[in-house]
This record gives sequence, C-alpha cells and structure tokens, in this order.
Amino acid sequence: MDSMLHITTLHYLVLGAALFLLGVIGVLTRRNVVVVLMSIELILNAVNLNLVAFSHYWQGMPVPLGGGSLALHGQVFAIFVITDAAAEAAVGLGILIAFFRNKETVNIDEVHLLKW
Amino acid sequence: MLSGMMLVGGILVITRKNPVHSALALITVLLAQAAIYLMLYAPFVAGVQIILYAGGIMVLFLFVIMLVNIDRAAKEKTFNSQWLVGSVAAIALGGLFVAVYIKGNNIFPEHVMPGVADNSNTQNVATLLYGQYMFAFEIASLLLLVAIIGAVVMAKKRI
Repeated sequence: MDSMLHITTLHYLVLGAALFLLGVIGVLTRRNVVVVLMSIELILNAVNLNLVAFSHYWQGMPVPLGGGSLALHGQVFAIFVITDAAAEAAVGLGILIAFFRNKETVNIDEVHLLKW
Repeated sequence: MLSGMMLVGGILVITRKNPVHSALALITVLLAQAAIYLMLYAPFVAGVQIILYAGGIMVLFLFVIMLVNIDRAAKEKTFNSQWLVGSVAAIALGGLFVAVYIKGNNIFPEHVMPGVADNSNTQNVATLLYGQYMFAFEIASLLLLVAIIGAVVMAKKRI
C-alpha cells in the first residue's frame, strides 16, 4: 500500500496541459475546418479540467483561508465555460455552413482572399 | 487509465483523415473527462458535461459534418500548407510548459488530495450559482440568446 501512486493535483494539471497542447496542434495544422473547431473544443476541455482540479484542491483547504466544502467556485466557472463552448460552437458552425455555401469546400487553405 | 484514454482520443482527434472519426474520438475524450470529474468529486459538472457537451455539441458537429458533404475532402491532404510552422509553434508552447514545470516545481500543489464525501454537491453548486454568481448566470443566458440569433442568421439563405 505504501508504493501506491498518489494522484495529486499536479497530475491533473499536467494532463490538462497535454490536452491543451494536442488541441493547439490540431488548430494549427489541420486542413479541415470542422476538425479545427473540434480542436478548439479540446482546448476548452483542458481548461475545464484545470478548473475542476483546482476547485477540488481548494475544497481541502481550511475554511478561513477560503476553502471548505462550499468552495466550489472552480466548478461553477467550469459550467460557465461549457455554456460558452456551446454558444461558440453553434456560431462557428453557422459560419462554416455559410462559408461552405459560397465555396463548396471545407479547406482552410482556400480561404485566402485577404492574402497579400 | 482514464488519462491514457483521453490522450489517445486527443491524438486521434487531430490525426484522423475522416472528420467523423475525429468526432467519435472527441466523444471518447468527453466521456473520459466526465469520469475524471467524478474522480474529482464533481458529479454535477460530470452530468452537465455528458448532457450538454457529449449529447448536444457533438451531435451538432455530427449534423454539420453530414450537411457539409465532404466525400471529396476524404481524398485530399490531411494537414494544411503550414503544418511545419504550426508544429514548431506548438512544440515551442510545449517547451514553455515544461520550462514552467521545471522552474516552478515547488509552488505546484503536490499534497495528497482529500476525499470530500458529502452528498449535497448539486445543492452546494446551486447555492453558489444562484447566489454569488447570479449576474454571470443572467449574462450567460443573454449570451446564449445572442448565439442562437447569430447562428440562425448565419445559416439562412436570404436574410
């Protein structure tokens, strides 16, 4: 039992950072617009994981320092981030549909009208 | 094991050629994340994530993938024309993360996490949400209204 790996907050932060990095790679290198939007959702999920991990950390702190079992500010923030992600996904996909109606393609490389 | 599933799902999202495969991998990531939220004693956020994210947003993505008919795109290249610069930038960001981890190693919280075992998590979240964050809650509903109007206007044929 002593050699069991304790899962600390740091492990959740590292996992969130790794997911964030994967999302950033997806945004910067994919050609398909839908996959870019899905990578943005991956980034937002990594941020949510950080928030909820820190909220659990603060639940273990004593109450005068701002902790206690009612210190769920991170979870409330995570709910707001999920709501925001829904709104932005809807608007982004609306833009995608309008763009596809004009150009019949879903490549980002074809969006170069503003290029100099 | 859950984190391994999330990382494999994330890698699958960014590397599959068919976007339907990417969407299914993202659903896997979201479900694994809901399980991790349960491990972090946050059942309300886990439920919200499954209902809203995996059940709403991903269904929206799948509908749009079906609308945007990309049979032709399945034969094209996967990575765009600036993938080298993008990969270098992302690796630079990863190096920044590693540098932050190495330099500031003693300020990261490393103690063992406590096991909070009360059954009223939803009630506590509701106390905070409708009490202290009531203004943000109303603004979020206004934001959703604006997003609905925006999405409808963007996808109409004639305004």
